[in-house]
Amino acid sequence: MESLSNRKKVLEQKPMTFMERMYLPAIFQGLSITIKHFFRKKPTIQYPEQKREFSQNFRGIHSLKRDEDGRERCTACGLCALSCPAEAITMTAAERKPGEEGLYREEKYAAVYEINMLRCIFCGFCEEACPKEAIYLDGDIAPANFERDTFIYGKDRLLEPIHNKVQNS
Amino acid sequence: MSEKFKVTIDNIVIEVDPGTTILNAARMIGGDIVPPAMCYYTKLQGSGGKCRTCLVKVSQGSEKDPRPMPKLVASCRTTVMDGMVVQNITSPEVIEARKGVVEILLINHPLDCPVCDQAGECHLQDLSFEHGAEQTRYEFKRRTFERIDIGDKIQLHMNRCILCYRCVFTADQITNERVHGVLNRGDASEISTYITKAVDNDFSGNMIDVCPVGALTDKTFRFKNRVWFTKPVDAHCECDKCSGKVTLWYKGEDVIRVTGRKDQYGEVQDFICNTCRFDKKKTSDWTIEKPTEIDPRSVISANHYEMEHMLPVIDKKIM
Repeated sequence: MESLSNRKKVLEQKPMTFMERMYLPAIFQGLSITIKHFFRKKPTIQYPEQKREFSQNFRGIHSLKRDEDGRERCTACGLCALSCPAEAITMTAAERKPGEEGLYREEKYAAVYEINMLRCIFCGFCEEACPKEAIYLDGDIAPANFERDTFIYGKDRLLEPIHNKVQNS
Repeated sequence: MSEKFKVTIDNIVIEVDPGTTILNAARMIGGDIVPPAMCYYTKLQGSGGKCRTCLVKVSQGSEKDPRPMPKLVASCRTTVMDGMVVQNITSPEVIEARKGVVEILLINHPLDCPVCDQAGECHLQDLSFEHGAEQTRYEFKRRTFERIDIGDKIQLHMNRCILCYRCVFTADQITNERVHGVLNRGDASEISTYITKAVDNDFSGNMIDVCPVGALTDKTFRFKNRVWFTKPVDAHCECDKCSGKVTLWYKGEDVIRVTGRKDQYGEVQDFICNTCRFDKKKTSDWTIEKPTEIDPRSVISANHYEMEHMLPVIDKKIM
C-alpha cells in the first residue's frame, strides 16, 4: 500500500561484501578505539574517597540550624511538613520550660523532628517554607544503607552541632 | 415600618429590613463584597465599632438626602437607609484605609505565627494576608506582657490581643456579674480579670472561640498540633447545659480539641459549655455527623484531597 505521509524510509538489505564478511578489520577498528582510551584522561573519580564539588544550588541532606547563641531555631510550626510534597517530615512540638532559654529560641520547640530520607525528594520546599530559617538542605548526598529504619533521620542526626565559637565563650 | 429599604453595595442592589447594618446587608449578598470584621460578632450584643476593618464608603446617604457621608463609616455600626449607595471593594479609598487599619492592628501584634496555636484559623492572619502591607514601618518596641492563666483551661497572651472586646462582651453576656474587662486606656489598655480572679463560669471557654486572634487560647490544646494537620468533624452530644453541637478536631484517632461550630465568617453558631469543650475528649462521648465543611482556600483543607472541592480556577463545564 502506498504511504499517505510519504515519510516512510524503505531500507534496503544488501548482501555483505567480502571485507565485511571477514570481520577482522572491524574488530581491529574497535580495539584501536579501546586502546586509545587507555591513554586519555579519566573522567571518573573514585567516589567514596574522592568527591566532586557540589554546585551552588545543590540540595543534600537537611540540617536544623542554630542561631548565633547556639539555640535551636526550629519552633515546630509545621510549615515544612505542610509544604512537603512527599510528606516526609513529622514533628512533635513541646513547650520550653523556664531555664531552657539557652537551648531553644522560641517558647515552642520541636521535641521530635523526623525526616524520612526515603520519602524525601530533595525539592527544597521545606527550606523555602521555613519562617525561622531553621532548615537548610546544605548537607551531603543521603548515604545508602541496608536497613530501612536508618533512613528516618531524627534530631540527633539533623541538628547542627553547637558552634565552637559558642562553646569557647 | 414594614417596608423594605433598598441598598446598593458595590453596584449590587438588595432589599433589607430597616435597622439592618451595612455589614449584615453585605453578608446577605455574600461573596467578595462582604467587609472583613475583627470585632463585630453577630451573637454578641453591642459588639462592633472597635477595630475599623469594616470601613466602607457611603457615596449616597439615602434617597431623600443623596449627599455622601463625609468620612468612611464602620459598616458594622451604621444602619442602612433607603436608597443608600455603599462602596466597599470598588472604592480605592476604602482599600487604602483598610490597609492602614491592618497596619495599625499589627503595630503591637507580635509576628509569632509559627508559635501561635491560632495560626491557620486566625482572622488577623487572613486580614493581613489580603489587605496588609508586606513590611512594617514601625520601629519601636512592641508592648509585651507576661502570659496569664485565666482559670486552668484558658491562657491569655496579652501581646497578641487587638482589643476587639469580643471576650468582654461574651463574659458580660454569659454571666450576670462582670468577670473581666479592659483595664487602663489607650496604648496601655489590656484585657484582665478583676484582681486576677479566675473566670469559673460554665461558658467561659467561648472566649477562646470568639477571640479573632491567638490572645485567648485553649490550654488543653496548647502546642498539641497545628490546626492544618487536624481534621475537623461535626459532632453532637446530649448536654443539659448547652446545645451540644460542636466541631471535633481529630489527629489520627484522638480528639485533640473541641470547639463550637463556626460559620463562614468565623462566628460560632451556638455557645458550648466547658464540660463539652474541655472534658469530653473521647470519640465515645460524641455522635459524629459529618466532616466539617472547610473553605477550599483555607490552609486547613491543604493536602486534604478527599474534600473534593474543585478550586475556582477549574471550569465547571469541563467537570
